[in-house]
Amino acid sequence: MVIQDSKSLMIQATGLTHYYGPYAAIEDVNFGVERGEVLGFLGPNGAGKTTTMRILTGYMPPTRGKVTLDDFDIVEQSLEVRRKVGYLPETVPLYTDMPVNSYLKYMGTLRQMPPKDIKRRISEVIDVCRLGDYRSTLIGKLSKGFRQRVGIAQAILHEPEVLVLDEPTIGIDPIQVVETRRLIQELGREQTVVLSTHILPEVSMICDRVLIISEGKIVAEDTPDNLAERLKGSEQMEVEIGGPVSQVLPALRALKGVASASHRSNHGKEIYTIQANEGQDLRDEISRTVIGGGWSLLSMQTMGMSLEEIFLKLTTHEEL
Amino acid sequence: MRTVQAVAWKEIQIYFSSPTAYIVAMIFLALASFFFVRDLSNPFPQASMSSFFQGATIILILLAPTLTMRLLAEEQKLGTIELLLTSPVRDWEVVLGKYIASLVFLLGTIVLTLYFVLLLIIFADPDPGPIWAGYLGLILYGAAALSIGLLTSTLTSNQIVAAVVAMGILLVLYFTDFAAATLTGLPATIVNEIGLKSHFDDFERGVIDTKHIAYYLLLTSFFVFLSIRALESRRWR
Repeated sequence: MVIQDSKSLMIQATGLTHYYGPYAAIEDVNFGVERGEVLGFLGPNGAGKTTTMRILTGYMPPTRGKVTLDDFDIVEQSLEVRRKVGYLPETVPLYTDMPVNSYLKYMGTLRQMPPKDIKRRISEVIDVCRLGDYRSTLIGKLSKGFRQRVGIAQAILHEPEVLVLDEPTIGIDPIQVVETRRLIQELGREQTVVLSTHILPEVSMICDRVLIISEGKIVAEDTPDNLAERLKGSEQMEVEIGGPVSQVLPALRALKGVASASHRSNHGKEIYTIQANEGQDLRDEISRTVIGGGWSLLSMQTMGMSLEEIFLKLTTHEEL
Repeated sequence: MRTVQAVAWKEIQIYFSSPTAYIVAMIFLALASFFFVRDLSNPFPQASMSSFFQGATIILILLAPTLTMRLLAEEQKLGTIELLLTSPVRDWEVVLGKYIASLVFLLGTIVLTLYFVLLLIIFADPDPGPIWAGYLGLILYGAAALSIGLLTSTLTSNQIVAAVVAMGILLVLYFTDFAAATLTGLPATIVNEIGLKSHFDDFERGVIDTKHIAYYLLLTSFFVFLSIRALESRRWR
């Protein structure tokens, strides 16, 4: 799927397959992540996102297939790989009976950071994740949102080259969601980030590239914009035209390249929804027709298909 | 080695920040003093720790698993094992660190019973041989008991299951002499030699036999090794 110079790739996965008993969580998944890229895995629950993340972080080996991270094999050279990765698992598992400070210190030691760096980095990540007032609070007493921040703090503590975030904004309140996304965007400027989500706007906000995964297989891969473009299929437009509906509508329908046209009135405005055939740009045609008919063209708007629709289209395709 | 130390230190801190450890230590000391007093309140009191050592081996069957049950079962329950195993830490370092923490806590508790020895020295003239040999035996016995609890804690995410299974194994190993009594010849010898208790009695009599030391060290390393293997197998399950 991705054919690039393997040297520029941070992560390269080929033929990744994982079985839980007889059930395949992911099957023949191939992808590559470039250095400094923010890659999003998008898919409904149970699509195989968490399985993929767990394989990337060395938590469990794939049943089949190979992954290299910075040219280290994820199974054979697991320790080297784990040194380079920061990981935020889906449920943010933390030691509830430890204070934030000691927890971060512990994670730093486990990551074999020199004691001096641990101290410096703890105050840095506490700043970045805005945990200042909660340094010595027991993690068990923190709210879900703050625990999420502690989770992110430990993931970035050792300045990993790759950040793997599994559903980083799940279960936290909307304001914290916005903050978390901003934080991920900032981190993505310097680090390679792989994140999974089932929230569509999140992907278009944060990610450079999206992999849509469904039932353990990658069903689409592109930038959020291209994906929208590529999957438009038929293009929709909304046009406001001043003129008698009984004349305008047949005239629009008669145009070449128009698949369908419909009309609705909205507070005295006459709005026509026009469905064009694939790849056709009808703006020119429409404006000429309207002017030629002696009517007035008041507005014209292209309606791209939202990622949500694409997502539904892609992931429900097989059932249809 | 730094990571082993870090894991051990964190576990020790958690022992002291939770009530479980204090309760375990308190019950151990209370029961131990009960056994200790038994020897003294006879019509013919002896300046000996024999009853204490006998009692301590039974108490440890119940208390060692409660010290170890949390070690890995809780990590699996909370899911923190996911972050632990994705850190650049080897599985043996995790297991060893956890084991050392439980051993340090147990040693600390045993050290507190030296108070009994002090009493004997002040008020009587005890024979030091059986006392120091007994302590050596008790530490080895406790180390073995903890290693069994460590293994069961690795195998389940349920702390109660971990503790109960470990107690079961310890009880079986403790009472092998009953089973040995119904057998004859080689099987009897084998069953008796496997037993935890049959190797302890010499220590408490003041005899330090390398055979017994080797037995406890072997048993302990065997269960610690199995625990490491069990943790490794989590990745493949």
